[in-house]
Amino acid sequence: MVDFFGETLFAYAVVPLAKIIVAIAVVLGIIAYTTFAERKILGFLQVRTGPNRVGPWGLFQPIADVAKLLGKEDVIPNRAVTWAYVLAPCLVVGPALIILSVIPFGPPSGEGPVSSWFITDVNVGLLLVVAIASIGVYGLLLGGWASNNKFSMLGGLRSAAQMISYEVPQGFSLVVPLLMAGTLSLVGIVEAQLAQGRWFIFGFFPFGLLAFFIYFVAGVAESNRNPFDLPEAESELVAGFHTEYSGMRFALFFLGEYANMIVISAVAVTMFLGGWLRPFPNVEWLSFLDLAFLPAGLAGLLWFLVKLLAFLFVYIWFRGTFPRYRFDQLMDLGWKWLIPTALLSVAATGLWKILI
Amino acid sequence: MVEVDSRDLSSDTLFGVEEMEINFGPQHPATHGVLRLKLKVDGERIVDCYPVIGYLHRGTEKLFELHPFFQNVPHTDRLDYVAAATNNLAYVGAVEKLLGLVVPPRASYIRTILCELQRISSHLLWLATHAIDIGAMTPFFYTFREREIVLDLFEEYCGARLTLNCMRPGGQPVDLPVGWVERCSEFIESFPEKIDDYEGLLTENRIWKKRTVGNGILTPELALEYGVTGPMLRGSGIQLDIRKAMPYEMYDQVDFDVPVFYNCDTYDRYLVRMEEMRQSVRIVRQCLEKLPEGPIMGKRPRVLKAPKEGDVYHAVEAPKGEIGFYIVGNGTPNPHRCRVRPPSFYNIQVLPEMVVGGLIADLIAVIGTTDIVLGEVDR
Repeated sequence: MVDFFGETLFAYAVVPLAKIIVAIAVVLGIIAYTTFAERKILGFLQVRTGPNRVGPWGLFQPIADVAKLLGKEDVIPNRAVTWAYVLAPCLVVGPALIILSVIPFGPPSGEGPVSSWFITDVNVGLLLVVAIASIGVYGLLLGGWASNNKFSMLGGLRSAAQMISYEVPQGFSLVVPLLMAGTLSLVGIVEAQLAQGRWFIFGFFPFGLLAFFIYFVAGVAESNRNPFDLPEAESELVAGFHTEYSGMRFALFFLGEYANMIVISAVAVTMFLGGWLRPFPNVEWLSFLDLAFLPAGLAGLLWFLVKLLAFLFVYIWFRGTFPRYRFDQLMDLGWKWLIPTALLSVAATGLWKILI
Repeated sequence: MVEVDSRDLSSDTLFGVEEMEINFGPQHPATHGVLRLKLKVDGERIVDCYPVIGYLHRGTEKLFELHPFFQNVPHTDRLDYVAAATNNLAYVGAVEKLLGLVVPPRASYIRTILCELQRISSHLLWLATHAIDIGAMTPFFYTFREREIVLDLFEEYCGARLTLNCMRPGGQPVDLPVGWVERCSEFIESFPEKIDDYEGLLTENRIWKKRTVGNGILTPELALEYGVTGPMLRGSGIQLDIRKAMPYEMYDQVDFDVPVFYNCDTYDRYLVRMEEMRQSVRIVRQCLEKLPEGPIMGKRPRVLKAPKEGDVYHAVEAPKGEIGFYIVGNGTPNPHRCRVRPPSFYNIQVLPEMVVGGLIADLIAVIGTTDIVLGEVDR
């Protein structure tokens, strides 16, 4: 009580706030440059150059895009349901950014919240992630419904059906590493991977791997990316749920999509790929990968970022390669293949855990 | 006869089903050009489909009557504007038949080469848009890379890339430029590998097959009833190709196969067109080898005048099917009446039969597979 305005305030208000601001700023920066990287990588895959006019190699293109979108007129259709129309983009971006609060970007170094490389460590972190991630669908649904446009509504309906069915296998596949770690805390899960000496993707072979693939497929579907980009399928539904959106509201949807990609990748990295751990954390002769010469925890942060960016690259690679699923085929894949397989791996992992 | 309340028939669910009407096009990213479809959908399932055409009507057939025979060739460019050479050939072929003009062999070979290059470029455009409609983005850029080479060849030959205007009644306007044959054969030799690339991306792709196999069934009977021609017909198991059935120009001098597939679906029509590109390569290669020296313009009167009485129909195999010109002469330099039989006009009419009962996503695939160009639908 004595030092309430001293160290406590510093540790529990100032530092977290600063961390939140830094995390959001960094993630927004990553989002901006993910769009840039997407265009460049797609350009490379498709024998063209991508953006190259604004700044050297087009590096300032995202900034120009944001400036353009901010300057656009913000149109609200005449017969749209205004409150829902305005709320929808926020519902897409908000949850994605909230989830960042529990993602451990780097190891906890030292005691207390001050010096650790994450905003907070909630003991039900994973539950929080799953719960908040499922709010995002309301944004798409509301946006599609409130626009008062038939194509938007079809897009909203598609996204609702899609996200609800893909949340189930995604949740189940997260249970597998959960069983392996025995804790819901995301930091605890990474530490369990360190203690067991392997990333959970390699745990209980092949069920860790299986769960990882299920999670990733479901994650791609959750974030509405190719080949599951049905809600905004350009050639079918014009632009799906965001047909009527313009200016910054459209940009928020766009932002939300990329933020979701990052969040899903970050959760995958944490749960399956050892979070901030180096590859093969139990192999002694690979210990140079710990990059011990860097300040405490920075190496962990770097490893996390490397894995995250690899994920984002795969996302973009998908977009360059795959055609789009049809709506009913997508549901087929989810309900007939992913959910049974996920259930199987959960059951097998549980059994294994009991027997061994 | 038991009287049934019509409402009972439709309400097979607890709550009544209300169908939604959607205006699909004319400004929709997937309805190539200005096609408009009035759709009635139940959720995503299409209950009814009604194509509305005419947004690109320019009165081309009437325009033909206002100009002399030789001035009408540019109008044909603008029918199927991605396959101008075959349109040119159908028109000049009809005029030559009507007036009894003889085309020298070199001109005839050049025409055959141009038409087959045109078939390649048209099919490349079809593949690009078909793939991007189904969501595969990358083939678009690969095919456009090759299409660019074909268009460059056209540009070198006649100065235009799309609206070629590259044939005249009686022969060819210009001879092949120096080095054209070499550049053309260079492209022809490298192109089959590129087709392998496209097929590598799509043919065995699970998602591609899921989207196209069994989609947009067009039975042979239905195809014949509607007068469907071209790859659409050959994807339904009927081997009809005017190049083989009624050979024109030099098609009886070259060796090629007409691909036919029997499953009647979008995937088979895709296979037909992919194989046609390979066969076009074969044809061009043989024509380039056999290309004789000689004049490129036959003997013809200074003013082309149709006989007093007489009409003629001449059809060629365009990339999209049979394009024919029916021309009636009346003794003047202008045609008395010119009627165009464009393949897309017939191919689009069968569209509702192929999509009703499917999903909106199926409709997109079917629009892509019909490969229509509204320029020749509306004329």
